[in-house]
Amino acid sequence: MWLTKSSVGRKVIMSVSGVALVLFLLFHMAMNLVAIFSTEGYNMICEFLGANWYALVGTAGLAALVVVHFVYAFVLTIQNRKARGSQRYAVAERPKGVSWASQNMLALGIIVVVGLGLHLFNFWANMQLPEVLHKLGMHVDSATMASVADGSGYIAKTFTCPVYAALYVIWLAALWFHLTHGFWSAMQTLGINNKVWFCRWKAIGNVIVTLIILGFLAVVVAGFFGLGALGA
Amino acid sequence: MDKNISFTLKVWRQRGPKAKGAFETYQMKDIPGDTSFLEMLDILNEQLVNENKEPVAFDHDCREGICGMCSLYVNGHPHGPATGATTCQLYMRRFKDGDTITVEPWRSAGFPVIRDLMVDRTAFDKIQQAGGYVSINTGGMPDANAIPIGKDVAEEAMDAAACIGCGACVAACKNGSAMLFVSAKVSQFALLPQGKVEAAKRVKAMVAKMDELGFGNCTNTRACEAECPKCVSISNIARLNREFIKAKLKD
Repeated sequence: MWLTKSSVGRKVIMSVSGVALVLFLLFHMAMNLVAIFSTEGYNMICEFLGANWYALVGTAGLAALVVVHFVYAFVLTIQNRKARGSQRYAVAERPKGVSWASQNMLALGIIVVVGLGLHLFNFWANMQLPEVLHKLGMHVDSATMASVADGSGYIAKTFTCPVYAALYVIWLAALWFHLTHGFWSAMQTLGINNKVWFCRWKAIGNVIVTLIILGFLAVVVAGFFGLGALGA
Repeated sequence: MDKNISFTLKVWRQRGPKAKGAFETYQMKDIPGDTSFLEMLDILNEQLVNENKEPVAFDHDCREGICGMCSLYVNGHPHGPATGATTCQLYMRRFKDGDTITVEPWRSAGFPVIRDLMVDRTAFDKIQQAGGYVSINTGGMPDANAIPIGKDVAEEAMDAAACIGCGACVAACKNGSAMLFVSAKVSQFALLPQGKVEAAKRVKAMVAKMDELGFGNCTNTRACEAECPKCVSISNIARLNREFIKAKLKD
């Protein structure tokens, strides 16, 4: 299969899974903004996305995308280090036009995955997971069950803690760097690029990615300072 | 007239492919600024020969930036700090009096060191032999206007064909990827009518060979494009990806 056996194919896997995750982030960011304006509205979304078949299929799909993207990141990095050879340069300078993010995608990606772990612990483990366990017939205490759809409550609870707020800001910053390289790079790998579109994809990517990160950041800030519906 | 400069030269010395290499330091005195980098190494070698020492082995041929034979990783840049120029086109006036200049060979698993600063770049020849040619019969010389080719397309193909196969792209790449070289060779044919006929077959064969020889996977850092002495654009890499994906989807 050319997707796994050729270098271009492996990069296509990274590109497609990466772009799919960017689309998910766009949706997740839009959904989060509701929490600033309406507690009921946000919790209604949380209800929709509880242990329903479509939400579970979506979650499984996302998990698969993250795993594929993560595994291939390591496969590619190991192959690339081998291709570079054992002897390193004594003097190495980053040439002009080479972004810092582009040379540190794995490190940034690892920060993103660690942040994802924290995020699942803060939210998913209190929301979708207990509901699923409950449906499977396992014992979940009634206090947890009562608040599985209280997304707004968990946002307020998490982000009033300065340590969590700071960790989420670091996480989002790493994600911004990762995606500003990742977006146009995906288009380049998929071959939908040329000299004109190079600048366009870069600009489109920067706008989309900055909007995504600002949207997420708005919820962290609103939660920390108790603004809007998160102040109640 | 350029000023004369004196500087410290740190050169990678390695007796053979398997031998362990190390840097050796040489003091260079009163080198005129209009000496080319390779001429400066010639002066060093003359000194070494006079002292009954082994001269430094390095690749060079035309010394006018065309042949792609010279290499050298100078102060952290393939072909040195100048842009759009090969090592033989680099002049000592770029350096200051009292500088330390570090000279290393290309470092990549695909380009093993032969001796000192010389590396084995036959991997590029093998990639070329896998498909970097046109094998259809194009007949005798046609009239210039028999096959109309747009000016922009002709320019783009010519820019890709400017690649001299020196390997600076691989040397600059943190992934040891040969994509800029391969994409230039694929593009120079894929853009033109005679080359299009075999485009799918060519791109598959050349990428397969590149992967087989152990070059890395491109992550679009753009270091290759920044260091290429012929300023070959990464838009060629996008074209290679496009041609490859199209060819594979058609199979």
